[in-house]
Amino acid sequence: MKGALRWGKPLLGDVLVILVGLIVVAYLIKSLWHNEQAAKLQIRLGDKIYSTYSLDQNRTIDLQGPIGITRIVIADGRARFASSPCPNQYCVHQGWLSHKGQAAFCLPNQVSLELLSGEKPFDSLNY
Amino acid sequence: MTQPQKNKRIEIKTTADDHRIAKLAAFAIGLHLLEAVMPSPLPGVKPGLANIVTLFVLYRFDFATAAWVSLLRVFASSLLLGNFLSPTFALSLSGALLSLAALFFVQHLPRRYFSAVTLSVLAAFAHMAGQLLIVRFWLIPHAGVAYLIPIFMAAALVFGVVNGLLTNYLLRINPAKIDEAEG
Repeated sequence: MKGALRWGKPLLGDVLVILVGLIVVAYLIKSLWHNEQAAKLQIRLGDKIYSTYSLDQNRTIDLQGPIGITRIVIADGRARFASSPCPNQYCVHQGWLSHKGQAAFCLPNQVSLELLSGEKPFDSLNY
Repeated sequence: MTQPQKNKRIEIKTTADDHRIAKLAAFAIGLHLLEAVMPSPLPGVKPGLANIVTLFVLYRFDFATAAWVSLLRVFASSLLLGNFLSPTFALSLSGALLSLAALFFVQHLPRRYFSAVTLSVLAAFAHMAGQLLIVRFWLIPHAGVAYLIPIFMAAALVFGVVNGLLTNYLLRINPAKIDEAEG
């Protein structure tokens, strides 16, 4: 047993375990950090789904929320908050969303955007 | 065995095993506390130095002692840090339990090919898995957590390897004299 504890000489099993670990991590990165382009934009207003739009067509959507009008823009397969009456403007500063699963929220005006692929990867976003 | 003293009413009989476990757990608690005050880029990404003690104990003594040391460390550290029964404690406990479960299964791997590095890496992965389960099903029931999994797992791999190498080193510079003294 003591022979197996030398410093600096890697053991076969250890190397294999580390390699398998690297493969697992690489697989996780690949499968969980997908940057698949999104196909649809889902807009929620309050606790309801307001509407779902395709990202193929450019359009501007004005939404009446509790504190005013939020403007959402879809252009070139991307979507963003263009303007919002909220005080901190976090939603606007989030900029363009283009990948599947990305989301932006405007909590004061209760509007949220979520990008979906053709098929939704997971059930729902709750807040 | 300690001799009973006349003026002591409450007397807890302690064995040499108890003393040994307490001493080793104290090392683990010290490392755990040290880590608790170290800044971390992301909550949950920590080196897990206390696991070195667990592994060392597993090699030098047995699984039961290692389990005692690991769980005592979790409970005592949470009492010292003031987060007993809080989410932090739950994360720590579930991580320790899964990591012990992993060690239980892999402790008998042939030591000719597998050193503490293997055990450390597998225990670190199990530890992360235990924590992520708590996070996903209790603390943040939201699929967005999935984005962080690769970071956590990469950290587990890196720190698992480092801790394993350190354990190997400690085992090498501390030959099994305690075993020999015990007979």
